[in-house]
Amino acid sequence: MSKFRIAVHITPRKGLLDPQGKAVSDALHTLGFKAVKNVHVGRYIIIETDSYDAITAEDAVTEMCAKLLANPVTEDFEIESAVPA
Amino acid sequence: MKFGIVTFPGSNCDYDAFHAVTEILSEEAVYLWHKDHDLQGSDVIILPGGFSYGDYLRAGAIARFSPIMQEVAAHARSGGPVIGICNGFQIACEAGLLPGALMRNSHLQFVSAQVRIRVENSGTLFTNLYETHEILRVPIAHGEGRYVASRQVLDSLENDGRVIFRYADAQGKTNADANPNGSERNIAGIVNEGGNVLGMMPHPERACSPLVGSSDGVRLFESILARVVA
Repeated sequence: MSKFRIAVHITPRKGLLDPQGKAVSDALHTLGFKAVKNVHVGRYIIIETDSYDAITAEDAVTEMCAKLLANPVTEDFEIESAVPA
Repeated sequence: MKFGIVTFPGSNCDYDAFHAVTEILSEEAVYLWHKDHDLQGSDVIILPGGFSYGDYLRAGAIARFSPIMQEVAAHARSGGPVIGICNGFQIACEAGLLPGALMRNSHLQFVSAQVRIRVENSGTLFTNLYETHEILRVPIAHGEGRYVASRQVLDSLENDGRVIFRYADAQGKTNADANPNGSERNIAGIVNEGGNVLGMMPHPERACSPLVGSSDGVRLFESILARVVA
């Protein structure tokens, strides 16, 4: 077994109202960043796990996202490639 | 009838529910600690409001892994009544007992207010002592109460009469002005396919006495007694 680190990005499902992203976008406009078109606020989760190899670790984290880390009704997730921790 | 009220770490409406059951309904109630595996013979389970596990990850996301939730899910599967109020609604959705999810209020603010809800279906276990389209006054207190689900789920909820409460104004109109959190189709409460699991953001247990501004919530609990005893 080796130790791996995997980062997970969880974002509001596209098309769903994202009031938090909208509020941040409005604040950025107020600050003068007029070019900002859209902001989406999500979560960034770093998981360190033991695994036989990177692929097995990635599969496990994908399952974690589907079962707990992301809400399948309202959120999308992307996982980064596993790196040795 | 015995009501089991689940206490998670962070629950804060368990006492209100206990009070409503024992003092207003004069029925038996017992607190069920989240780590227990025994419903202690409860006929009705209440998942109360609060901030279980500090709302970590998402509201209700961690609470569904509490040991007691296995028994609650089994109780629900066998047709036993379950009421999820506020955080309890969020937990019931996360646990898959009800479809959809509760998201951050569209205006991003925590809202604590007395609101009106319209009874959409008076033929359910939880509403049989109300009139259809009756307007109730019930308080809400939540930051994540915006009900969302896919269009297909929303349509099937509506077609099956499973949307049982909608936010409404004094005239009974269910428009955007009467919607305190941006919920899809003004949905305030739904039931599962079996009709035995209720989830709602408003707090009927806090609307059980004129002293606190409304006693419209009493008949929700009495409806269960009427149906189960009958």
